[in-house]
Amino acid sequence: MKRAAILWRVASVLVAAGFIAAWQLIANLKLVSPVFLPGPDRAWAALVRGFSSGDLAGKLIGTLEHMAYGWFAASIAGIGLGALIGSSKMMRAYVAPSLEFLRPLPVSAIIPVAIAMLGLTQGMALFVIAFGAIWPIMLATIHGFAAVEPRLYEVARSLQMSRAAIIAKIALPSALPDILAGMRLSLTVALILSVVCEILAGLDGLGHWVLLSARAFRSADLFAGVILLGATGYVTSIAMSLLEQRLLAWQAAAR
Amino acid sequence: MSLDRTKPLLLPLALMLALELWARLTQLQSDSLAPPSAIFAALAAALADLSIPIATRDTLFATFAGLAIGSAIGLALGIALGVSRPLDRLMEVTVEAIRPIPSIALLPIALIALGFGYRMEIVIVAFACVWPMLIMTRSAVRSIEPRLMEVSRALRLSAPQRIAKVVIPAALPRIFVAFRLSAGIALIVAVTVEIAINPIGLGAGIMLAQQALRADLMLAYLVWIGAIGYALNMLLIVAQRRLFGRAALAGDHP
Repeated sequence: MKRAAILWRVASVLVAAGFIAAWQLIANLKLVSPVFLPGPDRAWAALVRGFSSGDLAGKLIGTLEHMAYGWFAASIAGIGLGALIGSSKMMRAYVAPSLEFLRPLPVSAIIPVAIAMLGLTQGMALFVIAFGAIWPIMLATIHGFAAVEPRLYEVARSLQMSRAAIIAKIALPSALPDILAGMRLSLTVALILSVVCEILAGLDGLGHWVLLSARAFRSADLFAGVILLGATGYVTSIAMSLLEQRLLAWQAAAR
Repeated sequence: MSLDRTKPLLLPLALMLALELWARLTQLQSDSLAPPSAIFAALAAALADLSIPIATRDTLFATFAGLAIGSAIGLALGIALGVSRPLDRLMEVTVEAIRPIPSIALLPIALIALGFGYRMEIVIVAFACVWPMLIMTRSAVRSIEPRLMEVSRALRLSAPQRIAKVVIPAALPRIFVAFRLSAGIALIVAVTVEIAINPIGLGAGIMLAQQALRADLMLAYLVWIGAIGYALNMLLIVAQRRLFGRAALAGDHP
């Protein structure tokens, strides 16, 4: 069984390699103008060149920084506010509907407002990323708090636990799967908004890099940037699932 | 009962009232904030001179065109990968390699290949819509009651017949949920592309209002974009209830 899985994996990698070979062939035969579509060889060369000169690494770190700061701020604020709203029936009745109303708002529409308030600065990017990434986390936290097994609350009341103790010892752990799912969603949001903010505000990062490459018609550099962005999305989502497994191991064991 | 209905409205009304009062009392002069009365006046004016309706048409056209193309591709791929386990395993690495690319990263590529305008926006929206559709259709098809597939085999249905008569009807409620999520994503991506670079639609309108330092008009656009997003979501939720009843709710939290 294990062997078969490995074989399938190898076959799957070969298929992906086949697609890359087809891409190379299309580029070599110039079926698509090389101005738009560099071959994988040129994209790879641009990637290597970018890293050896240090340019690309700097841009990558810039994007990761924007993403990480915004996402951490959103996680802390989102869990905090979500816990506050979710743990009180009154707050849920008054505040939650407004939040549900705001949920389908395309968050990027807040960018012009942020630019008007904060200018084209790092602070603006941080605000926009945190604002966009906070929704999935906060709504998931509220949902998780609302879905806590009511008997657990009864136990807490008969033990005369304080509200803070109930949140820390009962509500947060049992809402953890929801919260982590929300945090995973907002990771993607944070990456997208980082790129958009970098494009708009010219901040140091991959978004700015791909835009400049496109303006100068350096398609190989452009593809190198896009590949790096894809890799960033992939690696962060894998890191998130590892974290999820780690943090939820006790739950799987309890079931 | 009536109190329960009004509770959700109290917070937004109180906030608007506070903002209005504060703006009046401090004689607010700002590039980023405006009293609600000014925002609604600007909204009414922009609706009357057709600038917002035209921008809405542009944005929604790009949204729905991209959504149609992207979800058709995602649906076809999702069904193919859901029906055929070997194909799914062979494509796994390819799908996992392309999926995490943030749709907005394709913006510069689409820009140099297609230039400004609808086409570039539609391509990016379509790319963004393919993935949720593909992933959720695949899992919907895979979770079809196995006995249905046995019946279709016993009836000796051909592969296209099996897909048209068994697979799609059985998976439809969950496919519609995927479509609803994709529609939300499509609108978000369309507005984002317009804000970032494309000079058409609501996103370009709000950027223009910001650059003209018209805080009232900018916030009017924001309110309008929020209303469009809300209306689209509500419309699809109502459609989902009408079409599938409770069957669709089962797939809402996969």
